[in-house]
Amino acid sequence: MASEVARHLLFQSHITAKTAHTSSQVSDHEQKQKDSPRSLTMSGHVGFESLPDQLVNRSIQQGFCFNILCVGETGIGKSTLIDTLFNTNFEGHESSHFYPHVRLKAQMYELQESNVRLKLTIVNTVGFGDQINKEESYQPIVDYIDAQFEAYLQEELKIKRSLFNYHDSRVHVCLYFISPTGHSLKTLDLLTMKSLDSKVNIIPVIAKADAISKTELQKFKIKLMSELVSNGVQIYHFPTDDETIAKINASMNGHLPFAVVGSMDEVKVGNKMVKARQYPWGVVQVENENHCDFVKLREMLICTNMEDLRDQTHTRHYELYRRHKLEEMGFMDVGPENQPLSLQETYEAKRHEFYGERQRKEEEMKQLFVQRVKEKEAILKEAERELQAKFEHLKRVHQEEKLRLEEKRRLLEEEIMAFSKKKATSEIYQNQTFMTPGSNLRKDKDRKKEPSYRLELLCFDVRACETIGGRKDAEEGREGPRAPGRP
Amino acid sequence: MDPLRQSPSPSSSRASSPRTFSCERLGYVGIEAVLDQLKIKAMKMGFEFNIMVVGQSGLGKSTMVNTLFKSKIWKSTMPGLRVPMPQTLQLHSVTHVIEENGVKLKLTVTDTPGFGDQINNDKCWDPVLGYINEQYERYLQEEILITRQRHIPDTRVHCCVYFVPPTGHCLRPLDLEFLQRLCRAVNVVPVIARADSLTIEEREAFRHRIQDDLKTHSIEVYPQKSFDEDINDKILNSKIRERIPFAVVGADREHMVNGRCVLGRKTKWGIIEVENMAHCEFPLLRDLLIRSHLQDLKDITHNVHYENYRIIRLKESHALPRGPGWVNLAPTQSPTPTGTRASPGPGKVCRWAEDDSDEDF
Repeated sequence: MASEVARHLLFQSHITAKTAHTSSQVSDHEQKQKDSPRSLTMSGHVGFESLPDQLVNRSIQQGFCFNILCVGETGIGKSTLIDTLFNTNFEGHESSHFYPHVRLKAQMYELQESNVRLKLTIVNTVGFGDQINKEESYQPIVDYIDAQFEAYLQEELKIKRSLFNYHDSRVHVCLYFISPTGHSLKTLDLLTMKSLDSKVNIIPVIAKADAISKTELQKFKIKLMSELVSNGVQIYHFPTDDETIAKINASMNGHLPFAVVGSMDEVKVGNKMVKARQYPWGVVQVENENHCDFVKLREMLICTNMEDLRDQTHTRHYELYRRHKLEEMGFMDVGPENQPLSLQETYEAKRHEFYGERQRKEEEMKQLFVQRVKEKEAILKEAERELQAKFEHLKRVHQEEKLRLEEKRRLLEEEIMAFSKKKATSEIYQNQTFMTPGSNLRKDKDRKKEPSYRLELLCFDVRACETIGGRKDAEEGREGPRAPGRP
Repeated sequence: MDPLRQSPSPSSSRASSPRTFSCERLGYVGIEAVLDQLKIKAMKMGFEFNIMVVGQSGLGKSTMVNTLFKSKIWKSTMPGLRVPMPQTLQLHSVTHVIEENGVKLKLTVTDTPGFGDQINNDKCWDPVLGYINEQYERYLQEEILITRQRHIPDTRVHCCVYFVPPTGHCLRPLDLEFLQRLCRAVNVVPVIARADSLTIEEREAFRHRIQDDLKTHSIEVYPQKSFDEDINDKILNSKIRERIPFAVVGADREHMVNGRCVLGRKTKWGIIEVENMAHCEFPLLRDLLIRSHLQDLKDITHNVHYENYRIIRLKESHALPRGPGWVNLAPTQSPTPTGTRASPGPGKVCRWAEDDSDEDF
């Protein structure tokens, strides 16, 4: 017990101001952890004040990325301003005014300043405001921004993802270039800004500000801001919640939209070379705060609020997009009976549904295919049968013809024979008139020979009669004597 | 879609190859200021750190935590006043907010009284693993909501300090089993507890034997060799790896030594100074955990361990019941962690994931 008291006293002598706190904390030791965390004081230097430095070191290792989208008409000075902002000559050529549609052109650069590496992506609109019909001008821009969000969402929803080294291509800031007419916002500008304000941080700038005088500029700015407010366009306001930068941000908010001049040409003013534009009536210095708001823009955009812009993009615009997209797909946080649904369950349900659907479709296709095949088969069989029938028919016809012809031939032959018989008989008849009786003997002898012989005899006789040397031949005939004619 | 209209796909945004420019010679741009912006943002939001201490009772875990953060996080248990030993392993968490020079740190310490104290210690790692996985699960559920919070509260265990009793021989089977399972799920830093019972030579021998044991059983403790990104990391971390496990002594009392007030343990034969490198390696542990590698611990937890958990969980979500406490993380379990472990990889996240089987929406 004594040691306990001693220890307590010893400890007390070293804590700074919170004795009561410590003792109450000791007695509260058994409290549940769900209470809000209590503050402790330490009796010595622990060393985690280096935590921000650790964080910064890691970020330096990783590198930063920043994506700027520049929207403005052709020739308004977008590329020049970017060049001036980052002090580098990025792109070369001017773009033409004759594109049929608005396109976006994105280029990536790696900048390094001391030990900070920045992956900068500049997206320019090409052909904005050049068309005669500008109804579709802002759609490509909205599509591009959505596409970047979509890519990030896809990566985040993968099962095996690597967000750690994913190159973030979401647009962090949109510089909207307003042409310095001095009057008011154009309808196209209003429309475009309205469709972009919920997707990206918009910073409107008045381009080519050396075309307006100071007084006109003031009026113009007021007019612009009031128009934006009255149309409900949400532009990006610099954050004023952190004390260190609240004041400067607040004052800058009052200067929106910034009137900027861009130039990479150097002109000698006084005894140094500054970036400026040279006119016959004077020199407009880019970095002179009296001449234009370029320095303010650079400070706000890069030096003070780059991290906040990225943060806003991630936590506000991206989350909004994500929520809309997922709700569109049918996912909800709370189910029909107010039971919390998990994304996973919904996803599984959807996946089953999808597979079921696919199965069904496959079945259908299969059925259709089988049916078609059957039909075709039937048709072919039919055709085959027909062909066969024809063939048979033809064959039959052919055979019949043949039979008939045979028949006819036979008849004809018979006729011929009959005719020849007749002829023979008549000849014999004729011959019998000058035939000798001596031949009768022979006739009798021959009569005993076969009867078939007789017919042939007749034929020969006929032949013999026909020739002039009739008798001789008849005697010489192999058959011998003549047979008597018919009875 | 009008064929003439060319709405660029995301891939076209990376169309042109990046050109490197150095801005220094041309004047001031101000990109450097982003570092300050980061710092301001971080200081405003504050930091979170969750540490878990595991070990048998009586090894000085609570004292160690108190010494690390130089405050009374726990009331250290004295022999006479000890509450009856819990029959099963329970986890006990305490959260504090400490501030130093404007940097706020929300510290959560989880203790495991009753670990390894029973007669049958089979599966005593299950509650610990269950707790760790429960934190991952909580984070995952928050992350996949449709409307999610701006800043998801991070309760995942960033570091687990494992206290090895100073037997002087080698790692016991309980230690090996536990370490094998835990190294897959969380960053583990083993320490030799109560190192004042070992002489310097015994300490070195013990250390080497432990290192051999770890190597034989392929237990990768923090800092993991496979996550070294570049040569600087490798040099720094291999120095640390040589000294792991640290032999530490904890003390929260102050004594006068040579006119200075130091934290130490007073014994009849001398005062063991906790912050003296010749006496014990407590400063190394403190530097590793707090001064130099805290952010790294959090990063590895977020990018590697949490992602692994997420992969397993999402792949098997149709088989598992929804909810926390999924515990079966046995050594020979899923092919994903063990299969590709042997081959070293370039980036931290690519390490434990196999290629080419990601599922899109």
